[in-house]
Amino acid sequence: MMRAQSIFTILKNKYISTGLIIVLVFVFMAILADIISLYSPVDPAGPPLQPPSRDYFMGTDNLGRDVFSRIVYGSRIMLMIVAIAVAMSGAIGTMLGLISGYLGGLLDRVLSFIMDSIYAFPSLILAISLSVALGASPINAAIAIAVVYVPTYFRMVRGQVLSIKNETYIEMAKALGLPSIRIVLKHILPHVTRTLMVVFSMNSADAILTEAALSFMGLTVQPPTPDWGFDLYKGRGFILLGYWWIMLFPGLSIPLLAVGFALISEGVSTLITARKR
Amino acid sequence: MLKVGLLRYTAIRALMIIPTVLILYTLVFIVLRVLPGNPVLAALGTKNIPEEQLQALMRELGLDKPLYVQYFDYLVNFIKGDMGKSMIIRGRPIASDIVDKLPATLELSIWSIIFSLIIGVGLGYLGARARSDRVKAIIRLTGSIVFVIFIPALGLSLQLLFSKYLGLLPTGGRLSTTGYFKPITGIYTLDALLRLDIPVFIDALKHIVLPALTLGLVISGPYMRLTLNNMEEIMESKMIEAYRARGVRDSKILRHAFRHVLVPVTTYTGLQFSLLMGGAVLTETTFNWPGIGTYLVDKVMYRDYTAIQAVIIIFAIIVGLTSLIVDILYALIDPRVRY
Repeated sequence: MMRAQSIFTILKNKYISTGLIIVLVFVFMAILADIISLYSPVDPAGPPLQPPSRDYFMGTDNLGRDVFSRIVYGSRIMLMIVAIAVAMSGAIGTMLGLISGYLGGLLDRVLSFIMDSIYAFPSLILAISLSVALGASPINAAIAIAVVYVPTYFRMVRGQVLSIKNETYIEMAKALGLPSIRIVLKHILPHVTRTLMVVFSMNSADAILTEAALSFMGLTVQPPTPDWGFDLYKGRGFILLGYWWIMLFPGLSIPLLAVGFALISEGVSTLITARKR
Repeated sequence: MLKVGLLRYTAIRALMIIPTVLILYTLVFIVLRVLPGNPVLAALGTKNIPEEQLQALMRELGLDKPLYVQYFDYLVNFIKGDMGKSMIIRGRPIASDIVDKLPATLELSIWSIIFSLIIGVGLGYLGARARSDRVKAIIRLTGSIVFVIFIPALGLSLQLLFSKYLGLLPTGGRLSTTGYFKPITGIYTLDALLRLDIPVFIDALKHIVLPALTLGLVISGPYMRLTLNNMEEIMESKMIEAYRARGVRDSKILRHAFRHVLVPVTTYTGLQFSLLMGGAVLTETTFNWPGIGTYLVDKVMYRDYTAIQAVIIIFAIIVGLTSLIVDILYALIDPRVRY
């Protein structure tokens, strides 16, 4: 779908390129964690509560672990949970949205109502309750986040399907006797993908914050696994004593990664509106 | 004629809340109860309980009945105002806990909205007044990314700055001394004013500033964009052109334009509510604010399923009611709304 030329226009967009750089830095950090980190993320690397210095350039935490190494390894858990969650909710939400919008009728009305109810509810609160019920673990947190965001995709895809469904070319495809599945997948889905990209990256930013919040409540990993939100929670007693570096670096990584995705989303949506004009 | 129409519209919209609440209750019920695992065992966190004692506890909590009976029993009791009893603190009715905690969350929400309006509308307005496109772009971008701030991180930074280093504001809680102050509504800043107790009012205000600033800043983004975009749109309209043609001063024109922005801003506040409630949970935990959010997290730690279930329903009702109020306000403001 994308030609070389259009990839260039996409990368020329400042929002997208900045966002991509930020996200890719974190992705490489996660992949190359073993090489980048100077110390083990779970074993003491030196004396506890050392301020940032040449040896520990983000300092050490209350157990003497290197904060930088924990940030590096923490990106793994974060990216893994967010990737699983967004992929699941994107796939399920898009599929349900396509079916519901295309078929219409009672099914559509019931599904829409359920989705709207979940959508209107504070997502974080629902995610917390779901992950409690499922049990605290990274994969369960991913499932909880996924459930919460299904309506986001459903509503967008369904809306798009409704607006495309009555176009002449779809009616022609129907008149030709093409099976519904083929019409939906080959003639409707491609028109949704662009908007889907905006929602996808926006949703990733949201999912990052939700993951961090769940971690902050101890609902994702068990100690001593490094995780940004969980580290913040564990360190908060020391933070108020003045050991600011325990908070600052995880506290900055979470919004920075989320900003990366938000910028991509912002950029893609400006590109889409520019094209429409 | 019109009044009957609005009344009917209100009634129908109010009835729509019921299925929404039911759906969320059902979802949570399915996840909490139908999925495998014994809630009592999970709540107690141990498997070494004599079988008879476990059975007795299950009976006491009504967990030995068939699931569908549990489902409807809870619903019927809830309507009667009985939200069940805590699984952890035996026999403690959840309803009284919630009545205790709800005003604190309400107070935090109100002040957060005030702060976010000041920050968001203020910056948006400044952006619209600024002549340089650069400033506008920066404010627009700020508006779309400010939501990424992680509430606990911002909250802890503010605590560190204003409490530890500057010593100006407390790190948490609602009042420094609770002994002599008897609340009326439970919203302390309001209660202090009602009792004309200025020291308590200042104390309560000092406690609310940091949490409300944290939450208010995080949700202020949409207001920035909304104000800026609407102001720009109106400034290019025929109305403003007419003012200019008549030689009205610029500052006066801005004031006129600003009034038109207030309508979308007001209606948007209703849409913000669900975001606000989610943020309130994190803000409350960060600042030890004794509201529903802290209560929920507390119960989460102990896997107190009945309490979690009740909190979810309460939140669903709150969200439903807010959107109802917003819709009615909208119908009143804008007569084009069909009802």
